Amino acid sequence: MAFIKIEGLTKQFGGLTAVNDVDFEIEKGKITAIIGPNGAGKSTFFNLISGFHRPTSGSIIFEGIDITKTPVHIGAKLGIARTFQTTHLFEQSSVIDNVIVGHRLRTKSNLFDAVFRTRREKQEEQEAYDRAIEALDFVGLLDLVNRQVAAISQESKKRVAIALALATDPKVMFLDEPAAGINPDETDNLAELMKKIAQSGITVCTIEHKMQMIMGLADTIMVLNHGAKIAEGTPEEIKNNPIVIEAYLGGDALAEVN
Amino acid sequence: MGKLLTGRNGILFMLGLSILFPLFFLDNRYVLYVMTTSFIFIIAIYGMNLLAGYTGQLSLAHAGFFAIGAYSVGILTTKAGMNFWLALVLAVIITCVIGFALGIIALRTREHFFAIYTLIVGYLIYLLIDKWDGLTGGVRGLIGIPIPNSIGPIEFNSAVSMYYLVLLFLVLSIFIGVRIVRSLTGRTYIAIRNSEELAQTLGINTRTNKLVSFVVSVAYAGLAGGLYASLTRFIGPEIAGIEMVFNFLVYLIVGGIGTLTGPIVGTMLFIWLTQFLQSFQEYRMLIFGPILVVIVIFYPTGLAGAFYSLKHKWLGNKEQKKEKISEIESMKKTSIQSREV
Ligand SMILES: Nc1ncnc2c1ncn2[C@@H]1O[C@H](COP(=O)(O)OP(=O)(O)O)[C@@H](O)[C@H]1O
Ligand SMILES: [Mg+2]
Repeated sequence: MAFIKIEGLTKQFGGLTAVNDVDFEIEKGKITAIIGPNGAGKSTFFNLISGFHRPTSGSIIFEGIDITKTPVHIGAKLGIARTFQTTHLFEQSSVIDNVIVGHRLRTKSNLFDAVFRTRREKQEEQEAYDRAIEALDFVGLLDLVNRQVAAISQESKKRVAIALALATDPKVMFLDEPAAGINPDETDNLAELMKKIAQSGITVCTIEHKMQMIMGLADTIMVLNHGAKIAEGTPEEIKNNPIVIEAYLGGDALAEVN
Repeated sequence: MGKLLTGRNGILFMLGLSILFPLFFLDNRYVLYVMTTSFIFIIAIYGMNLLAGYTGQLSLAHAGFFAIGAYSVGILTTKAGMNFWLALVLAVIITCVIGFALGIIALRTREHFFAIYTLIVGYLIYLLIDKWDGLTGGVRGLIGIPIPNSIGPIEFNSAVSMYYLVLLFLVLSIFIGVRIVRSLTGRTYIAIRNSEELAQTLGINTRTNKLVSFVVSVAYAGLAGGLYASLTRFIGPEIAGIEMVFNFLVYLIVGGIGTLTGPIVGTMLFIWLTQFLQSFQEYRMLIFGPILVVIVIFYPTGLAGAFYSLKHKWLGNKEQKKEKISEIESMKKTSIQSREV
């Protein structure tokens, strides 16, 4: 059984077909990358899997469960985490306060527990805190836990967003352009982090613009163009695929890769 | 001084002050009455703040829910002859049920659409009260609402006893509010305020959480309304009116939306200001309006927020100075050591 199996996935916005009849499988424990020019439908593809959009047609099967119409928060509970192209963090709050709520979906305390500060509430608060610290440690931000998010670097913010996703105890993580807007050195560090996540048993699926980074990182690459899948394979195969070179990589990008 | 009046000390100080307050005004019913009224409004604003400040949904229907609570107590006690306490409990339940029904629809909208929708809901509540003569007494209002029935030897026939009764409800309301805000549930609400999209990806059912938070929030307004009816013993439709909506908004925003002390500061300040400016009645808005605008522009988290940021700045500076001093000292030490070596 495939880990995630996508069949005939299509999304139309009015007359525009943002994702067009895509068949794809994501393998457990691997790093999968999705590349393609701006407006190719990569983010929409993520939005479909995570449940922000209902597909026009097609299906998404996650560990044998049909999640095509599953709402976002249920998908999260099943183990699907994602980060956004822009981080959406609460800038005025501290790093740790941003991340603690990530574990909320694994807790049961309700309003009653809150008002009476039940043992369950206290236990789960501790649990959520511990999990947040663990996640921040994992992404290497232990020394920034009490800093205000507004005061940390762009790269650190990306890491906080990843820690937040990790705190949900996911099985798979979808990262939407995690390296956008950060410098080359930091990009390498982020690639290391993605490898570490995959090694810890969490499947990683990332959208990436930086070719160099992705070629050394991904196990499988899918190329989208105008919403359609035009190629799929190992980095080596993608690099040498004439359709990809023609449609997407072009002279400049190819030079960058080699 | 800074340390003395914040955290636990600050709370105990305020509590002690409010317990001792009536002793200084034993025969000044007016002062006690105004103070009691301000406590009642703090309860309502606390509810509004829970929703607007923490879950991020600014409701302008809360004056309406306040009125629903007040009229429930008013009608149940004067027309059905019900015991005040039972009426108060029912008033909160009625407010919650109506809030639940309206909330389901209201929460389909977002941000300013939510504010506009709730503004209309509030106005409809006002119209309903104003026009439903048979039930509400229309523009004439409801008169002769009884004081709370005595509990054993405790009677509520004096301004002082009403003061303490309302203070008890206020302390309880604040206590519950603080507990909610500082719990996992509170974190859930804050996550929703920050970004609904992100909250959803974190597995939070935003619709259910917003609805629960809405119902809790209107329960506060309903409770406050019920107490208000019994304190003033006369209510008219204007308690759901546009001026009340505006007052609620001013108390909350000037005090500090999304802060725990803001509703207290804002409400007290404006209720007393209103008293001092009573001779200006009609022109009050000329003063409140510009204050509101200035605060919204320069201090989006109100007076409470401004206070905290100033305090942080001040403490921050002090700490920086301390750090510098210790830095200099350690530098001196190392230079001495190196000399010794
Ligand atoms: N919510 C939406 N409504 C309408 N059109 C959209 C929406 N989201 C994306 N699109 C359109 O779908 C196409 C693909 O967008 P997107 O998935 O964001 O591309 P990418 O992430 O590959 O840059 C674009 O033309 C975009 O304008
Ligand atoms: Mg995109």
